[in-house]
Amino acid sequence: MVSPILELTNINKSFGHVQANKNINLKINKGTIHGIIGENGAGKSTLMSIVFGLYQANSGSIKINGKEINLRSPRDSIINGIGMVHQHFMLVENFTVLENIILGFEGETVFGEKLQKAKEDLEKLCQTYNFNIDLDATISDLSVGFRQRVEILKSLYRGAEILILDEPTGVLTPQEVDELFKILRSLKDEGKTIVLITHKLIEIMDLTSEVSVMRQGEMVGHTKTEDTSKEQLAEMMVGRSVLLRVDKKEIKKGETIFKVNNLSVKDDLDVTRVKDVNLEICSGEILGIAGVTGNGQTELLEALSGIRKVESGSIELFGEKISDQNNFLNPRMLKEKGLAHVPEDRQRMGLISDFKAHENLIFGYHDQEPYSKSAILNNKEITEYSNKVMQEYDVRPNSPNLITSNFSGGNQQKIILSRELNENPKVLLVGQPTRGVDIGAIEFIHQRLIDMRDKGAAILLASVELDEILSLSDRIIVMFDGKIVGEKENKNVTDRELGLLMAGVA
Amino acid sequence: MEFLSDIASLINSTLRISTPLVFAAMAGIFAERSGVIDFSLEGKMLMAAFVAAVGSYYLGNPWLGLLLAIIVCVCLSMLHGFASVTHKGDQVVSCVAINILIIGLTTALAAAWFGQAGLTPTLNEDQRFLEIHLPFSDALRDIPVIGTLYSDILSGHYVFVYLAYLSVPLVFWIVFKTSFGLRLRAVGENPSAVDTAGINVFTMRYKALAINGVLIAFAGAHLSTAVNANFFREMSAGRGYLALAAMIFGKWHPKTALIACLLFGFTDALQIRLQGVELPAIGEIPVQLIQAIPYVLTVVLLAGFVGKAIAPNAIGQPYIKER
Repeated sequence: MVSPILELTNINKSFGHVQANKNINLKINKGTIHGIIGENGAGKSTLMSIVFGLYQANSGSIKINGKEINLRSPRDSIINGIGMVHQHFMLVENFTVLENIILGFEGETVFGEKLQKAKEDLEKLCQTYNFNIDLDATISDLSVGFRQRVEILKSLYRGAEILILDEPTGVLTPQEVDELFKILRSLKDEGKTIVLITHKLIEIMDLTSEVSVMRQGEMVGHTKTEDTSKEQLAEMMVGRSVLLRVDKKEIKKGETIFKVNNLSVKDDLDVTRVKDVNLEICSGEILGIAGVTGNGQTELLEALSGIRKVESGSIELFGEKISDQNNFLNPRMLKEKGLAHVPEDRQRMGLISDFKAHENLIFGYHDQEPYSKSAILNNKEITEYSNKVMQEYDVRPNSPNLITSNFSGGNQQKIILSRELNENPKVLLVGQPTRGVDIGAIEFIHQRLIDMRDKGAAILLASVELDEILSLSDRIIVMFDGKIVGEKENKNVTDRELGLLMAGVA
Repeated sequence: MEFLSDIASLINSTLRISTPLVFAAMAGIFAERSGVIDFSLEGKMLMAAFVAAVGSYYLGNPWLGLLLAIIVCVCLSMLHGFASVTHKGDQVVSCVAINILIIGLTTALAAAWFGQAGLTPTLNEDQRFLEIHLPFSDALRDIPVIGTLYSDILSGHYVFVYLAYLSVPLVFWIVFKTSFGLRLRAVGENPSAVDTAGINVFTMRYKALAINGVLIAFAGAHLSTAVNANFFREMSAGRGYLALAAMIFGKWHPKTALIACLLFGFTDALQIRLQGVELPAIGEIPVQLIQAIPYVLTVVLLAGFVGKAIAPNAIGQPYIKER
């Protein structure tokens, strides 16, 4: 029998008290696309960082082609034919493609012949895989999809036989995902081995031939992809059965309560990021904003929630102008008028991570009765309320005195959601509600948003997860380069159609 | 002809005055391009001046004094690296600590060894660097233009002046034409990219700091064993900070940093020249006002006169490998 190209035995790894990997065993066969699936924090990236030599395991062994190797640094892994495309690209933005690729493998002290040879070799590689990359282009000028290709090219140039990709589709449009999958399949046909780390079930089903599932630092199952289903994998990931679809009633649309007229907004660097945007949301409706990260969604939500200045245009709530370039209501005043905001950057804007859960649960209402009286906090009331609401929102662990940063992403998000939904807002602005949130919590959060809609709230939902937009929204707008480039009723819309709009080509 | 010789002497002093700035700016480029802030150029320059003066006084050879200064400055750079690279301390705090330490240490050591707080004995001709007169400079002096250029501007400088201006193309070559330079720039922009390319981020930063220590030692030795013949208290007089400003103004690039250093050197040369000169209608300008020119210029330039300076992306951030 041929030994597997990569074999991990009893890998353990801890960060402080947290054991990220427990007794992991894994075999990956040559020439396959092997998926590793698991929720955020399940230890997938840690495990692969160990294989790439970036982290050192506390114990366990790694074999390549049956031979045990000692990986002390990424250099050892690269020499042994392992390449990794990280979730956050490891590129120097103001370097050229060529400089990024040869970095660390220049082969000469002073640039000369070898640089020329590298260039020729790379051009050949580009042709073989149809990469269409300009080697002299600066990284900061390239789109995310191209940067990813540079990463792949970098690994191939360094002689990778095993290519690990960590959540490679998170930042891509559906078309770019298609392109990437095409590249990965052709690499497989060449005899390369691909390891795909993801939390997206659909990618596993589409692309892989074998799949391993991780949960809470442990490997909980291996199977051939053809022998399993999305539902079964989801159950293995979460440890219980989950509903992958959202049940949604027919829309009961009320009158328009939130209106944005010709809005333009600048970012901190004085670049106009939202350009002349018009939109309306009715009571009982979810309006989804689709778009690739960085096309103005962040700035739009910030302006609507009163934390960023409006450059021009105006915002109306119940027919009353609440913001234009001269006046704006601050978030607190907006809250009093019935507007709530679940910010997309949970850690930075949604929570104070070093505070205890009960403090974050009432933050913003802390100076109101019953939480405080005459400027003194009423801890008994707060604890009572926290216990109740944490049970209601299924926040785990149910301990109001725990520091917020110790909760998982999904539970942190539930804390924010409970706070923002507490006063039954009329308008709800939601950014990336399930980024870094596990499947079980996603199900819960989605259901809460639908409940709010059915109760008659107007909801604006910005998300880079197209599935989320498609399953929750009643109407969808697409943002590209700060402008609204398309609007569709959510009936028979496909992700392909939206993808073209998101890429700015339609 | 007097006008021409005025200009020549102005350029001559500009070159001389800019010399420590050029060394310090080049030293700063290495540290900061690797992602380590170096406010301690000032302190290290002062320390180098002290060590070079003491070293050549005892050893009788200015080159040995320079060598000692290099060793001490590299050690100080390593200390900065130990605090801020290995132990991930705050880089600015580490620099400030080094600067304060050295101001006190040089004064105290001078007092202990020579009985005078912050003053070392005057060096004799064998113990210091002398001006180098290029061949035929006397013979060629009377030839118009070329003679002035050769004999009055190019000739008659200390060895450090020539070394400083030779170091600029060398630094440029290292930073932009060698694989070491590529790695150096990468480690200051995105250390994770360097780490995943299989290069040790910490080693790279230590190497950069070692070069930084060597270069800054030249600046100090120039002050105490060439231009002056002894060390005196706080003789670096803010030149380290001025060089840092020049480096930022030059956008961490050797060529533009050189221009900035020359500009600062020129204003300094000009203020010396202007002292005591009566200007028509205004009269004599107070000397304090003139001496302030280089510093005012620094503030004006850095306050955005030259556009936004874009620092290396990862500057000031210790590299944390595991979360």
